[in-house]
Amino acid sequence: MSEVPSDLKYTTAHEWVRVEDDAVVTIGITDHAQAQLGDLVFVEVPEAGSSLGAGDAAAVVESVKAASDVYAPVAGEVVGANEQLDENPELVNNDPFGEGWIYQLRVENPDALDELMSAADYEAFAESEED
Amino acid sequence: MAKRTALFGHHGHAGAKMVDFAGWEMPLHYGSQLAEHRAVRECAGMFDVSHMTQVDLDADDAEDFLRYVCANDAARLGDGGAIYTCLLNRRAGVIDDGIMYRFQAGHYRLVINSATRAKDLDWLRGLAEDYHVEPWERCDLSMIAIQGPEARERARGPIAQVLGQEIATAADGLRRFHVTTPERSRVARTGYTGEDGYEVMLPKDKAPALWDALIEAGVTPAGLGARDTLRLEAGLALYGHEMDEDTTPLEAGLGWTVAWEPPERDFIGRETLSEQREAGADRVLVGLLPEGRAVPREGQVVHTDAGEGIVTSGGFAPTLERPIALARVPAGSGGDCEIEIRKRRVPAQVVDYPFVRKGKPAV
Repeated sequence: MSEVPSDLKYTTAHEWVRVEDDAVVTIGITDHAQAQLGDLVFVEVPEAGSSLGAGDAAAVVESVKAASDVYAPVAGEVVGANEQLDENPELVNNDPFGEGWIYQLRVENPDALDELMSAADYEAFAESEED
Repeated sequence: MAKRTALFGHHGHAGAKMVDFAGWEMPLHYGSQLAEHRAVRECAGMFDVSHMTQVDLDADDAEDFLRYVCANDAARLGDGGAIYTCLLNRRAGVIDDGIMYRFQAGHYRLVINSATRAKDLDWLRGLAEDYHVEPWERCDLSMIAIQGPEARERARGPIAQVLGQEIATAADGLRRFHVTTPERSRVARTGYTGEDGYEVMLPKDKAPALWDALIEAGVTPAGLGARDTLRLEAGLALYGHEMDEDTTPLEAGLGWTVAWEPPERDFIGRETLSEQREAGADRVLVGLLPEGRAVPREGQVVHTDAGEGIVTSGGFAPTLERPIALARVPAGSGGDCEIEIRKRRVPAQVVDYPFVRKGKPAV
């Protein structure tokens, strides 16, 4: 089974969410997701300042296999994106929870984060999807 | 129940991500498709292609039969020769494509796709009734492709060790598109990556030993993922993508594989194809270099000044470090076009393919 850090929150679209200070969250895709996609060749990150609704397509991760959307887990404003991915999309494969982070969002309503899955729930969810 | 090749256990051991491919459980990659692609371009990689359909035609009439069934001409082959060909239906659509080998007079092999296996065998057997030919599927054989600039050098020892010195010596002396003629195991200097190398057809029980020996010799196992990006860079058509039963060779960039001479040779589809040749095909296959980094994918619409076309294969080209595509567009569309990638129109330059030749960018 792939790595699922316990201090993060997760979505059913295989994104992870780390809660930082000031209602800012960092978002990336899980180890499970990057393994499913295969080698990434291109990551399109959102522009700072754009505002996103919950479930809006925020970024695109393109692998040797296919392109996939990365969705906004909750509503908010984009406050940063990982510019390193432009030159080094493989960071998402090599370090999905660290250097492979994708973008940061200032969330509109921090309570909405409570709806996201815990590590244990996500692990069970990802396993159930494999069957 | 998915079919497994003789190397299934080896793939699992090597940590391959397995996928269903035409009813076979095949390796997609062994960790990194990009690394496997580069190994083939820069050194040597190997593919388990045992899912391919191998059909032997052993009969006095085999040449006559193949001259009727294939758009390329079996009569062009001497002993130990190989030639790429399409099999056409009566509308000149492509039933399948593959490589035809002549071992000696009256002994031929077709290596064709696995996804089309059942219909190919039906088609061949139906036509064979008029000839004294019985197409014989070689389910007893495996096939390993070893490809890359160092492939032949690195394969020499393993081939000698597992298949014997006689075959190894014969392989050493092979010209391109030729095959060894000593019995049972065959080494062909053919491939599907744009690189030099071999395709080895051998008894199933010998495949694991050859695979192991090739690993010892520093040949990198590569999956179907890398096989696809390698063939796309090399501008090689893939059945079901660049061609199908509603597409003629002339519409698939495969006009060069049709043997028009001698004019008296009757082959299936010839009449329709000749008419199209004279009138000129309405659609042609071109290479595309899109701007930016977004990757075009099969089925996306291409807008040209002469109407709409379609991406037949698209992907990221590791050797060029950029996206590329093959597309079928209206004949006569000139200059540049736009590909509709994920709701955006991305400008693309029309280019000749292959995109990569002998491991080096060609565009």
